[in-house]
Amino acid sequence: MKHLDRREFLATSAAGIGAAALAGSFPALASAADAPSFRPEKDAKLDLLRWTAFVPSDQTIWDENTKKFTAATGVPVSIQSLAWGDIAPKAALAAQVGSGPDIIMGWNDDPFVYPDKLVDMTDLVDNMGKAHGGWYDNARSYCYDQDVKRWVSLPVGCTGNAVNYRKSWVKEAGFGEFPKDLDGMLKLARVLKKNGHPTGFALGHAVGDANSWTHWILWAYGGKQANPDNSIAINSAETVNALEYARQLSETMIEGVAGWDDSSNNKAFAGGRIGMTMNGISIWYNGKKDTPDIFPDFANVTPPMGPVKTHTVSNNFTSAFVFKYSKFPNAAKEYLRFMLDKPQADRWVTEMKGYVTPALKAYAELPIWTSDPNITPYRDALASAKYDGYNGKPGKAAAQALDEYVIVDMFADVCVNKMAAKDAVRKAETRLQTIYKRA
Amino acid sequence: MTSRSPLLARLDSPRVLGYLLITPAAIILLGLLAYPLLLGIWLSLTNATIGKPGEFVGLQNYATIFADPIFRGAALFSIFYTVCAEFGKLILGLALALLLNQQFRGYRASRALMLLPWVAPTVLSALAWLWLLDPQFSAISWLLIRLHLIHSNIDFLGSGWGARFSLIVVNIWRGLPYFAIGYLAGLQSISKDLYEAAAIDGADGWQAFRRITWPLLLPITTILVAFSSIFTLTDFQLIWTITHGGPTDATQVFTTLAYQRAISGGQLGEGAAIAVSPIVFMVVLAVFVVRSVREK
Repeated sequence: MKHLDRREFLATSAAGIGAAALAGSFPALASAADAPSFRPEKDAKLDLLRWTAFVPSDQTIWDENTKKFTAATGVPVSIQSLAWGDIAPKAALAAQVGSGPDIIMGWNDDPFVYPDKLVDMTDLVDNMGKAHGGWYDNARSYCYDQDVKRWVSLPVGCTGNAVNYRKSWVKEAGFGEFPKDLDGMLKLARVLKKNGHPTGFALGHAVGDANSWTHWILWAYGGKQANPDNSIAINSAETVNALEYARQLSETMIEGVAGWDDSSNNKAFAGGRIGMTMNGISIWYNGKKDTPDIFPDFANVTPPMGPVKTHTVSNNFTSAFVFKYSKFPNAAKEYLRFMLDKPQADRWVTEMKGYVTPALKAYAELPIWTSDPNITPYRDALASAKYDGYNGKPGKAAAQALDEYVIVDMFADVCVNKMAAKDAVRKAETRLQTIYKRA
Repeated sequence: MTSRSPLLARLDSPRVLGYLLITPAAIILLGLLAYPLLLGIWLSLTNATIGKPGEFVGLQNYATIFADPIFRGAALFSIFYTVCAEFGKLILGLALALLLNQQFRGYRASRALMLLPWVAPTVLSALAWLWLLDPQFSAISWLLIRLHLIHSNIDFLGSGWGARFSLIVVNIWRGLPYFAIGYLAGLQSISKDLYEAAAIDGADGWQAFRRITWPLLLPITTILVAFSSIFTLTDFQLIWTITHGGPTDATQVFTTLAYQRAISGGQLGEGAAIAVSPIVFMVVLAVFVVRSVREK
């Protein structure tokens, strides 16, 4: 495979930039040298499958930037969007049959399910990291496959999670500010419940919301799914303590959380039924539009710390991977480089008002993150994040455990089915042993 | 008189022409039905993962899934779901058909409206039910509270049995028109002379139903139950949209578990074994239904 001809392409780009500057067009190419470019194949055209935008500005800016790429390189890009939960099966199908989109923007451990089918992204990852302040640790966790020993996906970022609450209700409960630790948060939750403002954390098979808060609590108490050698580590006193905390927190929750999907807490929060939950920034962003009367009362905060005394946030991580069946891998890499390069990404991230926290550290300096204190927690989502299957080896086993909701079900067994914490841990341990053995 | 070519002469043979005419249909059936089924069975005997063909492992996948309590739970719920839903659809479908078999003002429009749940895209109706069963914003709970029948919202999907029965109700709602329209067609094919003769002999309505209507509806019942059971046992969209198999795997069925293991988790071999396993249940079910109807 002809991989790179950076000098040649840079020379072409430079000539193009010069010409464009003279002509006053193609401003996007002005930054083409931020990270070394890839030379698209002759007559290249690309198909991209990405998740449907959570906020309208995401789609608008992404499409505009794509048009700029096409204008600059002559490579047409066709974009198809699917609901985020539908990406994984579509990508799996593409991997299985060896045909489909050139690039897929997937979630979490998706690329680890079929690493052999994916183009080596190491060069692009290295270049982008050097040009944009390096990557957060999560980038490596979700995109570097330890089995095939290469980057199989380009980290994009995460839809970060924060705790969302109603300011006036917290004040009414006698708290000047949102507690910094889990004990304080439980005390607040109990008063909120007493005042008729229960909390609401999903315990159904809600891939985003249920996984995020249960993993946060598990890690906050020092619980771990696996050890670095992938031996199962869930059966520990720390996990039991996390479950006991969750049991107490569940007593402050609104009824029905075991049947919640990923949209339930958004509806309950916007409808004024709950006073506290955990979500991406969409809950706040949509509140501005949908419930302007109560929106000023919405607030977001970085999830409080547990006994481990560090933040332990669980996010939904997204990355872009290129399939080996693609005839245009260099064009695909160049497209991704272009889209995540500063002139394009600055505007994309800014206009989304923090929905996606980039995995490149340099983008944390964008003014949008400090333009409102409610956006700032989402800037820090990756800085304090852990990964699925922590503290084990990221890969297929962790991906399958997440897909089978092992951690969520362990919490639901205790909080909903009233199972003893130790029994729930043993049940989860058995499931994890089966999953890790077969993976 | 011109002599006919040997080819045309051969085509004159019903045996040759018959095979020739059936060939396109056979190719379609083999390609679209037999091949995927056989491929599924083959995959279930391998350790294939997504992107890797895998190796033959015999019945290892079956041994694994039968030892898995989640699979056993899914199998039991699949059967429970099918039996309850079929029973509900049969009783209510028959009742609806008997009602719609009467001629009343607007009966034609009623028959057309009855088909709506059946013709609406399943995912759309599942999303509508998701709202109706919402723990906080359910219209059903709202109505019952307004009628002072309950004091707080019903937690339809928050407990295992609540979620299971909710799904059965939704499946009955969706499949009811299939039974009703089938029974309606059956009822309309029964000669009125039989009822008149029964009336002359002094039979009341119940006796006419038991001795004439039901026996004559048995053949169509066999077909309706057999086909509907297969649809129900392989139901995916309703369950996946409403519960994703939760809470705590309480509403996992063969299809959702197979999808979770094979597509999300990449374990094609194990997923195929889960998907193939209901074939045994379906054969047992079909034999049972056919026998029970024949015996009656």
